[in-house]
Amino acid sequence: MIVYILCFALFLVGIYGALTKRDLIKIILSIGIMGYAANLMFILFAYKTGASFAILTEEGINTNMVDPLPQALILTSIVIELGITALLVTLAIRLFEKYKTFDITKIRRLSG
Amino acid sequence: MILPFLIIIPLLAAFLITLISGEKDNWAIVLSILAAISLLTLSIFSFFTTGNETFIYEMSGWKIPLTICLVQDAFSTFMLVIVNLIALTSLMFSVSYIKHYSGTWKYYALFMLMITGMNGVIATGDIFNLFVFMEIALFAAYALVAFGGKAEEYEAAFKYAIMGSISSTLILMGIGILYATTSTLTMANIAAILPTKDPRIMYWVGAIFLAGFGLKSAVMPFHAWLPDAHSSAPAPISAMLSGVLIKALGIYVIIRFFFNVLGAPQIFLTLFMILGSISIIIASYLALGQWDLKRLLAYSSISQIGFILLGLGIGTKLAILGAVFHIFNHAIFKSLLFYNSGAVEMALGTRDLRKMGNLKDAMPVTSTTSMIASLSVAGLPPFNGFFSKLIIIIAAVQASHVGYAIIAVIGSLLTLAYFMKVQRYGFRGNDKIEKPEVKISNGMKSAMIILAVLCIVSSALIIPGIREVTLDPVVSVIMNKTGYIYEVLGR
Repeated sequence: MIVYILCFALFLVGIYGALTKRDLIKIILSIGIMGYAANLMFILFAYKTGASFAILTEEGINTNMVDPLPQALILTSIVIELGITALLVTLAIRLFEKYKTFDITKIRRLSG
Repeated sequence: MILPFLIIIPLLAAFLITLISGEKDNWAIVLSILAAISLLTLSIFSFFTTGNETFIYEMSGWKIPLTICLVQDAFSTFMLVIVNLIALTSLMFSVSYIKHYSGTWKYYALFMLMITGMNGVIATGDIFNLFVFMEIALFAAYALVAFGGKAEEYEAAFKYAIMGSISSTLILMGIGILYATTSTLTMANIAAILPTKDPRIMYWVGAIFLAGFGLKSAVMPFHAWLPDAHSSAPAPISAMLSGVLIKALGIYVIIRFFFNVLGAPQIFLTLFMILGSISIIIASYLALGQWDLKRLLAYSSISQIGFILLGLGIGTKLAILGAVFHIFNHAIFKSLLFYNSGAVEMALGTRDLRKMGNLKDAMPVTSTTSMIASLSVAGLPPFNGFFSKLIIIIAAVQASHVGYAIIAVIGSLLTLAYFMKVQRYGFRGNDKIEKPEVKISNGMKSAMIILAVLCIVSSALIIPGIREVTLDPVVSVIMNKTGYIYEVLGR
């Protein structure tokens, strides 16, 4: 149980950072932390203590195995997050070129 | 089977465009228009051949719990028709609108990727596959919002990308909880297994998904990114975002998940009604105060999404008919209004209503079509917006939600008020505008005329004989949860 609570705490750290930080780079890092928490949660759901990998061996199918599907899903999700992070960093660089600052309180040409 | 081609064609087009087109040739335009025409033809064909039936496509020969399936029923093909119709007109409008940007082939490639994502979200019957396609569409949308390369556009795109990432993470967590409970990712299987589990899980997942997809569809408490992103993007992209993206990624998934998978629990229907009426009233007030034409239209999108959500929340057959009809109508008239704003911006170089004037002689096509679209969105007969709003209001009264009906009426009146403002200052003002030097090309004009004609013609969808073959199958798919499970799983 304690690992789930810690995983949720990690998610809260991420969302706290995304909502309260003023620096563009710190916001991007917080988004990353949120993503890690979601990925970790998937892996925790699939984990079984003492189980092994799900590969067909010479002795036949290993019956006590970890669910391999969430791991495949998480690989997809990690790739998506990589793309999004790259795009966000690119946008941050462009914003820095235009405004000469990473502070979001000074990047305010659009009124909310 | 048609559905795989609706995903393959735009993906292939995006790939080929990046491969063969250069700075000066027109291959990107030719390829993307060809792809969009074939997509529209295929989607209309599939809509009229589907009828009340459901077809399943199981990928690479595996059977359902092991594979990703595509579901072709009346609702998904109906949404596909909307997406591909607006995509084609948007491309027609884009050709001369984005000519002055550099590297236009990137625009077309991203545009095709966005269509891939939206078609995929609509076609798929697997919830993780839905997440992946949603990310493809959003990724292209972030890049397209920033395409113009001005400071405001980067700012809007950054804001949109942050909000989008937060909502995507929430949705991923929801999918994780669903998988942990039901050990399956096929939506029909989840729908069959979830009622046998603890009902609290359903409420948890519902709440997470309502926040996640509510952010995508910009319902009122989650709307902050929409006015910036939709008003900063190039006009054809604003039309795509406002017209179809928030519906394909937001409203469509909300309907599919809450009605077909969860079976429309009453607590969420009540929440839909509350969120919908908040969106209608507050977004209309905010729109009333705007002087930037595109910002006004963006706020108007939020309030029209509120109408759709209110119709869904009432939950009777008539109300859902109204909501589905309003999805179609809103896609058409809001895209048309964004094309109008794009044409005006291109000709006069401004979006400020106070700097516009009497465009009746200078830009006859733009001003006439904008009049039709404004009357349509404001809900005056005989335009299509009137009928869908009328159905939602009648359904609210019939289901004895008189308070919500009054809110919808007030919302319609406010809509009328701010579109009177658009017409009074923007298109039929006092200052006479001389004929501008920038010519509005024939492609742009024909895109506007097609949608303006559809604004009037699509009122006919409500005539009983036509309604029975177009809207009624869609409503029966939405209302019938056991039918969805049965058709997809075959048991």
